[in-house]
Amino acid sequence: MYRYDEFDATIVAERVSQFRGQVERRLAGELTEDQFKPLRLMNGLYLQLHAYMLRVAIPYGTLSSKQMRMLSAIARKYDKGYGHFTTRQNIQFNWPALVDVPDILDDLASVEMHAIQTSGNCIRNVTSDQYAGAAADEIEDPRIWCEVIRQWSTFHPEFSFLPRKFKIAVTASDTDRAAVKVHDIGLRLHKNDAGEAGFEVIVGGGLGRTPYVGHTIREFLPKKYLLSYLEAILRVYNLEGRRDNLYKARIKILVNSEGATTFADMVEAEWAAIKKNEIDLPAEEIDRIRDYFAPPAFDKLPETSAALEERRNSDKDFARWLRTNTHEHKTPGYAIVNISLKPIGGIPGDASDVQMAAVADIAEQYSHDEIRVTHEQNLVLPHVKRDDLYAVWKALDAQALATPNIGLVSDIIACPGLDYCSLANTRSIPIAQRISERFADLNEEEDIGELKIKISGCINACGHHHVGHIGILGVDKKGEEFYQITLGGSGAEDASLGEIVGRGLSSGDAVDAVEKLIGFYRQRRQSGERFLDTYRRLGAEPFKEALYEAA
Amino acid sequence: MKLLKFSGNLLAPALEEPLSEVMLDDWRANRQAHAGATALAIPNDASLGDIVEDLSGFSTVILTFPTFKDGRAYSQARIIRERFFYTGEIRARGDVLRDQILFMTRCGFDAFEFESGDANDALGEFSFAYQASADRVEPVWRQRLSRAAAA
Amino acid sequence: MKAVTGNLLSDGSVVYLGDDDQWTSDIGAAARFEDDDALPVIAAAQLRVTEIADAYLIDVEPSGAPVGRAVIRETIRSAGPTVRTDLGLQAECCG
Ligand code: SF4
Repeated sequence: MYRYDEFDATIVAERVSQFRGQVERRLAGELTEDQFKPLRLMNGLYLQLHAYMLRVAIPYGTLSSKQMRMLSAIARKYDKGYGHFTTRQNIQFNWPALVDVPDILDDLASVEMHAIQTSGNCIRNVTSDQYAGAAADEIEDPRIWCEVIRQWSTFHPEFSFLPRKFKIAVTASDTDRAAVKVHDIGLRLHKNDAGEAGFEVIVGGGLGRTPYVGHTIREFLPKKYLLSYLEAILRVYNLEGRRDNLYKARIKILVNSEGATTFADMVEAEWAAIKKNEIDLPAEEIDRIRDYFAPPAFDKLPETSAALEERRNSDKDFARWLRTNTHEHKTPGYAIVNISLKPIGGIPGDASDVQMAAVADIAEQYSHDEIRVTHEQNLVLPHVKRDDLYAVWKALDAQALATPNIGLVSDIIACPGLDYCSLANTRSIPIAQRISERFADLNEEEDIGELKIKISGCINACGHHHVGHIGILGVDKKGEEFYQITLGGSGAEDASLGEIVGRGLSSGDAVDAVEKLIGFYRQRRQSGERFLDTYRRLGAEPFKEALYEAA
Repeated sequence: MKLLKFSGNLLAPALEEPLSEVMLDDWRANRQAHAGATALAIPNDASLGDIVEDLSGFSTVILTFPTFKDGRAYSQARIIRERFFYTGEIRARGDVLRDQILFMTRCGFDAFEFESGDANDALGEFSFAYQASADRVEPVWRQRLSRAAAA
Repeated sequence: MKAVTGNLLSDGSVVYLGDDDQWTSDIGAAARFEDDDALPVIAAAQLRVTEIADAYLIDVEPSGAPVGRAVIRETIRSAGPTVRTDLGLQAECCG
């Protein structure tokens, strides 16, 4: 993991002092709320329905046990004993008092964490593959480049007042676990014919009111030019992006109005002009950062574990969890463990202080001190010995953290919605809870197979409903909650946007509709087909008919 | 209106000598008529592609922040400094706030139409910067390299 | 009818303007105004910038319960998250 040197530590500490001063000026009445709001937002502090909400950055979703323990302590001391992991690999605290926030930030800084650029029209926390450094199919650890981008983008003097927020994701695998095609910039590390690694640069994807899948504007960018190329894209966007309409201000609108080819030409021209400036890091600095992401000292282990196989055969529940919640590791004898934050009927992404502390302990003992946060609102233990899987399962299960449903119907993404969010039209969480309860039978869930349900409480699409195999969007009609269903979206390497089917439904009808759609899929699927595959093969029509025939 | 000028890492109140200003469009329409102008006011949606010919001869360039959220002039200032090597004064006009002046100096601004008093403590809030910009501050990565070389 | 609500500056908690001109977390204790009378009240409340982060008017029934377009939102604000009935004002009452 990356560790701060004195430069990083000083910058973060100075940011806390700066914010402490801003809070003092606000409390003393020297700043009005209008003047203070942009300042607090730049430090991830929102005012929501019931209280302030503090969004803490978890850079590229990586946490140490010590950091997780601090999040647990903050939840206990300053909040109401829990936190909410988000679709951008961050954590949100729902109840901090303004007067406590500078102290919370001090505590975070003591474990090399912060809330910098978790809101505002700037370059946000860079997201990545939650299996980075552990996945068998990656070219190199994408977090090296995330950290390079983190430093470059932190307090970037030119790009702190962009037309709109700006999100970058990096992956280094063919399997896209970072949703790079639906980000403002998606970077995919791959190898060219000469065997060199470089970035495919994808621009202009995004969800929200006007969803787009991004366009590739450069197939292959040598790694060493990453920052100058990003700077060129950001400069074109800063100068040319629309500022007259909040809903047309994201880079996706610019890319699509200019056309991807013209936009690419604008970027290339800008890049040619600035490439020679000292923007790109020298190899020594990249190597310095790379060293922090060297793999931990893995033991030499046999591919299979006899102890594990014995348990697998004797304990059906354990065997099920192995099937659904573990993933292949690049190192023989190791596995990647997914921790579900989606207990049946629970609140997606919420974890209590006790659970967080338990995960910290388990990671320290069994996963080289590392934890990841996924954009699907779960956690990951990236490096667990297969021999230890049974003990890890037991320890997780004791904390209700072993629901065997990763990627299945009850592994639902849901934004906070109207239970917390001041921008919401409707609630999201109760819909997720009811769907999850409807499919509480785990045998049935496994039979249904991979299915991504994603729910947003308004058009801002924080719940990524456009890229759900089944997406659900909350809409308000004269003070009543209605839900619009979309089908066929995907945020993965086969990215696509869901298509709206039919009219808005009441919350009860929406849950019934999901059940009907799944029932139809099970009747019509061919062997090996996921819901999405069947949908793509048959098209929207038969699904629509199935949805409305009995209604 | 109050004017602050930035030199030697300090912001100091400056005497407001009267500027003879011309807007970029007016200047381009009739250079003769504005031959005596000393300050060129460039709107923040102007394309800077061929601005270099216009710059010479002006001792001041004025860039605008219609609201503090409209950050186009940050890019304009860097382009004028770093690409066209303009060495005259770049003045920030409009919604110029204490908490943004540091970003402005980093992008090459060195004069500010600033209503609300002293902003020097805002400039001192950060000891380091990660990225190179128009202010020629040593970015953190270069400081790391020199430190490693010295060790 | 209208009531004045906002979030306290210091901790963000939901409050209403009571009959005594003090902030209360109980929507039932909120002062209720005829629509026309509410305007000077909200204007005055918005000046209390060191007490409150924002202040705005909501529609309420004569009984005090939220009503109108924002009924769900304001009901949830007054009680607490519907998915965490152990939190917010709803957790404190009726015990
Ligand atoms: S999608 Fe809307 S309701 Fe949900 S968190 Fe985002 S802004 Fe709030």
